[in-house]
Amino acid sequence: MSVVTYLPRLLPTLFLSGKRLRPAFASWLRLVAPAVLAAMLVPSLLIKEETIDIGMDNLFFWAALIIFPVAWKWNSLVATVMVGMCLIALGRYLGLGM
Amino acid sequence: MILPATIQKHNKRAIISPCWLGVKRAIPIVLGYIPIGFAYGVLAGKSGLSETNTLLMSLIVFAGSAQFIAVGLFASGTGPAAVILTTFIVNLRHLLMAASLAPNLSGWKKRYLAFFSFQLTDETFALHSSTADKLNRCRPEALSLNMTAQISWVAGTGFGLVASGLIGDVKPLGLDYALSAMFIGLLVGQCGSPVRVVTAILSGAIATILYLAGLHQFHIIIATIAGATLGLGVEMWTKR
Repeated sequence: MSVVTYLPRLLPTLFLSGKRLRPAFASWLRLVAPAVLAAMLVPSLLIKEETIDIGMDNLFFWAALIIFPVAWKWNSLVATVMVGMCLIALGRYLGLGM
Repeated sequence: MILPATIQKHNKRAIISPCWLGVKRAIPIVLGYIPIGFAYGVLAGKSGLSETNTLLMSLIVFAGSAQFIAVGLFASGTGPAAVILTTFIVNLRHLLMAASLAPNLSGWKKRYLAFFSFQLTDETFALHSSTADKLNRCRPEALSLNMTAQISWVAGTGFGLVASGLIGDVKPLGLDYALSAMFIGLLVGQCGSPVRVVTAILSGAIATILYLAGLHQFHIIIATIAGATLGLGVEMWTKR
């Protein structure tokens, strides 16, 4: 894990300092970040037990709808994570869902 | 004539004050890393990963989202190969980040580059890229910023490990939502243009469909490549 984390961070700084990437490849790389984040996030919000579930008891999905604007407005990772966890904790406390 | 002692004192100050500036600039990251590291420590403690391995991961891997994913996969009994492959895919985004900072690091020696890259995360990258043009001149500041960030991450992990023995269940605290919330924060930061929003939606939809179709390990890499490629197509098509 250490190696596969380190290599993508190291190789570009060692070999690309001063060089230019092909523009199309650079644009593609720029899109990898939003793509990989969405690919990891969306299924975890929508899917419960192998099917799409956006009923009231899917707290992960409803909390996400609230913290997307929080993240956009405050532009702060800490605030987003804190509000998100508090919403989930509150929802479970009130017995709204899992 | 300047006495040697004066020169030494002057040199010392020339190193210490940029280091201190780096520490101060890292404070917003510290405020984020301690609670998120805490959540990681608690979840790792609950997943059955040993305390040593949990701390070692923060020390030698230092990749928040990848560590959360690894802990989740360990807890569900996934094999090491799938854990390593998923970690690799998740971390591929740093390839771009490192590549975008590289032109500003041309004056750095290789050993400093190696150390700098090791501590390059989404958050340290965000700070460095905001002052990328002065990276060549401010090596001590950049390195101390990184160092402060990692120390706070390891400290957060340690607190979390201690607390994981005291907390019976992570669910009432919502700690199991930390990773999703972190992804939302990072994703919003990445969605600065319409093409990026379209890419994220496509990739998220593809990942969901693939997961429902039964691909539970490779849905992320396939959706990422497909989403980024379709996004690039959209970008080229709209620019024509």
